[in-house]
Amino acid sequence: MNEPATAIEAAVAASPLHQLKDELDIVIPTIRNLDFLEMWRPFLQPYHLIIVQDGDPSKTIKVPNGFDYELYNRNDIKRILGPKASCISFKDSACRCFGYMVSKKKYIFTIDDDCFVAKDPSGKAINALEQHIKNLLSPSTPFFFNTLYDPFAEGADFVRGYPFSLREGVSTAVSHGLWLNIPDYDAPTQLVKPLERNTRFVDAVLTIPKGTLFPMCGMNLAFDRQLIGPAMYFGLMGEGQPIGRYDDMWAGWCIKVICDHLGLGVKTGLPYIYHSKASNPFVNLRKEYKGIYWQEDIIPFFQQVVLPKDCTTVQKCYIELAKQVKEKLGKIDPYFDKLADAMVTWIQAWDGLNPTSASFSNGKTG
Amino acid sequence: MSLSIKDHEIDIVIGALRSDLTSFMSEWRPIFSRFHLIIVKDPDLKEELKIPEGFNLDVYKKPDIDCVVGTSTSTIFSGYSCRYFGYLVSRKKYIISMDDDCYLAKDNKGILVDAVAQHITKLTTPATPFFFNTLYDPFTEGADFVRGYPFSLRSGVQCALSCGLWLNLADYDAPTQALKPEERNSRYVDAVLTVPARSLMPISGINIAFNREVIGPALLPSLRLGGEGKFRWETMEDIWSGMCVKVACDHLGLGVKTGMPYVWRNDRGDAIASLRKEWEGVKLMEEVVPFFQSVRLPREATTTEDCVAEVANVVKEQLGSKDPIFARAAKAMVDWVMLWKSVGSSTSSPGA
Repeated sequence: MNEPATAIEAAVAASPLHQLKDELDIVIPTIRNLDFLEMWRPFLQPYHLIIVQDGDPSKTIKVPNGFDYELYNRNDIKRILGPKASCISFKDSACRCFGYMVSKKKYIFTIDDDCFVAKDPSGKAINALEQHIKNLLSPSTPFFFNTLYDPFAEGADFVRGYPFSLREGVSTAVSHGLWLNIPDYDAPTQLVKPLERNTRFVDAVLTIPKGTLFPMCGMNLAFDRQLIGPAMYFGLMGEGQPIGRYDDMWAGWCIKVICDHLGLGVKTGLPYIYHSKASNPFVNLRKEYKGIYWQEDIIPFFQQVVLPKDCTTVQKCYIELAKQVKEKLGKIDPYFDKLADAMVTWIQAWDGLNPTSASFSNGKTG
Repeated sequence: MSLSIKDHEIDIVIGALRSDLTSFMSEWRPIFSRFHLIIVKDPDLKEELKIPEGFNLDVYKKPDIDCVVGTSTSTIFSGYSCRYFGYLVSRKKYIISMDDDCYLAKDNKGILVDAVAQHITKLTTPATPFFFNTLYDPFTEGADFVRGYPFSLRSGVQCALSCGLWLNLADYDAPTQALKPEERNSRYVDAVLTVPARSLMPISGINIAFNREVIGPALLPSLRLGGEGKFRWETMEDIWSGMCVKVACDHLGLGVKTGMPYVWRNDRGDAIASLRKEWEGVKLMEEVVPFFQSVRLPREATTTEDCVAEVANVVKEQLGSKDPIFARAAKAMVDWVMLWKSVGSSTSSPGA
């Protein structure tokens, strides 16, 4: 469990099924190469990749043979979005959300290029995508906490006292996976504990209760694009921005508020991937430091957000959220004004590229 | 950052619903022997208790209960509720309580789980109810708060209640176990986590621990089913009590943790027989859950007793007319607060 699985171990664990092969895109942001995909080949080759190339567009990204993919660099993003390209971050993995926008599939799985196949305690290679699909295709239970975790898991169920009327659950919009080896710590924690590795395999999936926020990590994440896609904007990070490493956090707070409002579920826990690279904590500190004290205001903001009943689609919720960000967070720093504008631009760009989803409503309000 | 706990600050309370506690006590001896035990015999149990020698314990039976609370009140301690008497008369800061059909479980490495030590660790490290940590308990060895967790929330709050879990016979209700008679819980989840504020859950009384000083009065016998019986499938008293505890903890800024430790719960009883006899509890939860989700306690409720009294009020107003069982529960809660205030502050003589 303390090393990643080899390609052969993954091959052994792969099943021939490859569920949702034609309904799921894998979005990978990268600036270097995609060698890591070799390890994932048995699990991921049947799926279509959307590669978002950050940084220098003149560089060629090598994709291992046999993968079916489309690749977008900064020039492509500018060409496709025109002036709206301003909402897509540059020199930051937040640019990956362009991949979500341009996909035509129902589901997205996104993974970082330093994430490898993990092993479970028995030594078996973990097919993370398969687990994410299980998570997304089974209901969530946000209204009442089940002490035996995911009641839809094999060998588990709802415990005594769990009302039967809540046992059907709601649709799962997001599946948030975890990481063995290098944990997703912030820079101060990394500096204090440079050697800490996550070796604890927690064999559980659970629904994050309604009304509870969490720090969403974009390293190992899957979601239903039709249910929540427009809210998966990863914000303004990287070049020209005062902050970094808060892209997935920002998206996570937005999607959770919207999921709670629309009656959708967010799961966390399995699957694990093996995170191999520890980024430089000093570089991270510089990127994060504003975020560390801004989040003290951002969190209460999200905890207190109320979305009006007439926000019945994700886009409407998101536009309303952008409005409130401008009103309430704008006074902390002009960055939030820009971010609120970018959130609106993002929705316009999303609707432009996905015209049928503009009228999509799941009809539920929280 | 954990508080240190002395053995003498802990009482282990066991409600005896079976008379022969020999195998139970013998199995737990290595872990229990350091502590003081309170064993409360179900007042309805006719046979004499068989308890092995060599423990530091006090045993309370019907006559003792009658002596402390009066014969008319002692009926509230019938069945599984007998353990609440133990909570009432304990003078210790921490209580660990488990059903008498629970045995030592083994973890994923095959090592026997010291459930007492794990409960203590949970109670003496902070809880983090205001923001979910995706790596679960940040105070566990080898874990921490993840990126994006606000620093102002990292000191956490005091943990008032620790809920444990069960391998083998999980705490399912009768319909679920009847539908899946062979299902046994074999999944050992190596995690402790704080149940977020304002999230409610079914708190099972089978394997719990709590800070009696801080939350004692909220663990109470009040909801008694018409057909309440001597199997967990035939009760909801702990679920009801657990709702009160969680609401009080959320209001008072205290934490509730769930997860490890696991105990091994032996097969006992017949789910189908229980289902035939008692399904009222399952039906009641449909009212109970939305009710507790809507309860808002006033600012003036600053102690656990205040919280319990307030909840009792609201139960009486909003649920009392729906079913007499709720009106009785509300009264029982009010009586309990008075009982706690009177008995909790006086010493009682231990039984033989």
